[in-house]
Amino acid sequence: MSDLLRVTGLVKHFDARRGVFGRMLGNPGILVQAVNGVDLNIGAGKTLGLIGESGCGKSTLGRALLRLHEPTSGEISFDGTDITTLDATALKAMRQRMQIIFQDPYASLNPRRTVGEIVAKPLQIHKLASGSELKDRVVSILNRVGLNSSHLNRYPHQFSGGQRQRIGIARALIMNPKFVVCDEPVSALDVSIQAQIIELLDDLKQELGLTYLFISHDISVIGYVSDRIAVMYMGKIVEEGETSEVLENPMHPYTKALLSSVPHLEKSTTRRDRIRLKGDLPSPINPPKGCKFHTRCPLAIDICRQKEPALELLNGTQSAACHLTSADGPKGGV
Amino acid sequence: MTMAQTELKAPRPETLFQRNMKLFASSKLSMFFLCVTIGFVVMAVAAPLIAPHDPNEADLFRRLMPPAWMEGGDWAYVLGCDGLGRDILSRIIYGSRISIFIGASVIIVATTIGVLAGLAAGFLRGWVDVVISRLVDILLGFPYLIFAIALIAMTGPGLQNIVLALAYKEWVIPCRVVRGETLATTGVEYVEAAQAMGASKSNIMLREILPNILSPVLVVSTVRMANVIILEASLSFLGLGVQPPTASWGAMVADGRSFMLQEWWLSTFPGLAILLLVLSINVVSQGLRDAFDPKFHD
Repeated sequence: MSDLLRVTGLVKHFDARRGVFGRMLGNPGILVQAVNGVDLNIGAGKTLGLIGESGCGKSTLGRALLRLHEPTSGEISFDGTDITTLDATALKAMRQRMQIIFQDPYASLNPRRTVGEIVAKPLQIHKLASGSELKDRVVSILNRVGLNSSHLNRYPHQFSGGQRQRIGIARALIMNPKFVVCDEPVSALDVSIQAQIIELLDDLKQELGLTYLFISHDISVIGYVSDRIAVMYMGKIVEEGETSEVLENPMHPYTKALLSSVPHLEKSTTRRDRIRLKGDLPSPINPPKGCKFHTRCPLAIDICRQKEPALELLNGTQSAACHLTSADGPKGGV
Repeated sequence: MTMAQTELKAPRPETLFQRNMKLFASSKLSMFFLCVTIGFVVMAVAAPLIAPHDPNEADLFRRLMPPAWMEGGDWAYVLGCDGLGRDILSRIIYGSRISIFIGASVIIVATTIGVLAGLAAGFLRGWVDVVISRLVDILLGFPYLIFAIALIAMTGPGLQNIVLALAYKEWVIPCRVVRGETLATTGVEYVEAAQAMGASKSNIMLREILPNILSPVLVVSTVRMANVIILEASLSFLGLGVQPPTASWGAMVADGRSFMLQEWWLSTFPGLAILLLVLSINVVSQGLRDAFDPKFHD
């Protein structure tokens, strides 16, 4: 299986220094370490689910992959091209092939533009179509996402949340991209609408041969849409593997805690004991030394406080970054 | 004709802007003062048709003639005559040209510069923002009138120089408003969406951000227009405005100053004209602000 996207050592730090004068005076300021060395591969035509709690760097990672946030360091290889080194012209051309669907359908559509203008804009920018061909393509993609040509001249505020999300999907897909970052595309919607949008995204993926990075904090949604799952904590991937492996046999203590927090309807026979994490997410400005999870990990031992564990392959397809599961760790394996 | 083309011809539904303007029109007070403002503009444009006399025609036999309803008045010279025997009503009508021309041109020049500078500062950030914002801070540090007086002292009085002297500082006000609005709008996802599709910076600034920040600009420019009219009158009062014999409200108030206690009509009527125009513009801008502020929507 060929990988469409290969990410190596991706880092995104936000420089929160105050202004040009502060920089000139050498004010060290504060560095927000949002993404802290991420390695990822996404196979062509697959969906990688990215999960983690608020503030762990999921969205920053998704935006850095598209260079909406300029990565601090690392390499992003898309279909064999390292996109971190592309100049403005080449990057613009590349944007036809990588798109994004946003979380908030109320903020992601310009309130002063009609649906027709919003959806046609990508084609106009890249001069891919004009005149009646442009209209035909816009109407055809609107039909495909479940809207129709009578919606062309309406404004975003005249639509419901689910319809707006369909407009956002139409805008992202009109240029026939290969790769789409879905940044929590359903978390702002009602549960009944969530199912419709997930179905739509799934159908479009089959039909158009898309590859998704699906960002969410909802384990049931991720479990449904993903081929593989990556779990993120404080800017790093702590566990990655096939969906069934990660959900049924989590290796990293953080993944275990995350999964145990999902409410179950069944009686306690099938229920795992709930793992309650102590404390809050540490500040990304001043992350803990060693394993970033040791401050909240119920199993933490001495080495966790000193040395940061690397993401290690455990059983062919599943990997975790934890001293306790590492082959040369203190327990000598799982 | 395909179905798509037929649909595209369908009338566009009401935009937010149209809804806000309807809300504005529903206020009787705003509409009344809008009519007064328009009345002043019509008066300025059609001055030669409306004015009963030549504003510069002096006749010392009519010197300090009182208004028509007072003893010694003449209905041919309704508001009386000034120290050179010129008809005050005609001079007020012609004077509105100066006030409205300067008010409008200063605001047009200042808003254009301010909007572009504010967009650039708020969207591009970095050194562009530092340069523009510090310049704005420096200009704000000068007292407005003294700054304008200094500029006119350097360039000499005259219509064009007054416009430039006032616009020179006036642009910082729309600039600050636009910069703040742009900063807030830049973080919104539709701007990120435009970046993700490869839109250029100027496209994002002018097509995505600008249409969304025009409402506060409209409100600010109307408020400021009233201020500019007062500033022009102040400059004319100080003798730095349009030079005699051209009629200007500020200069008329100044001319009548020495006759204030007996021949009060010389200063009072042009003063009332300033008051009425500025009041009308202020009420209109208040109405616009209420209509565009979502807090006043139901």
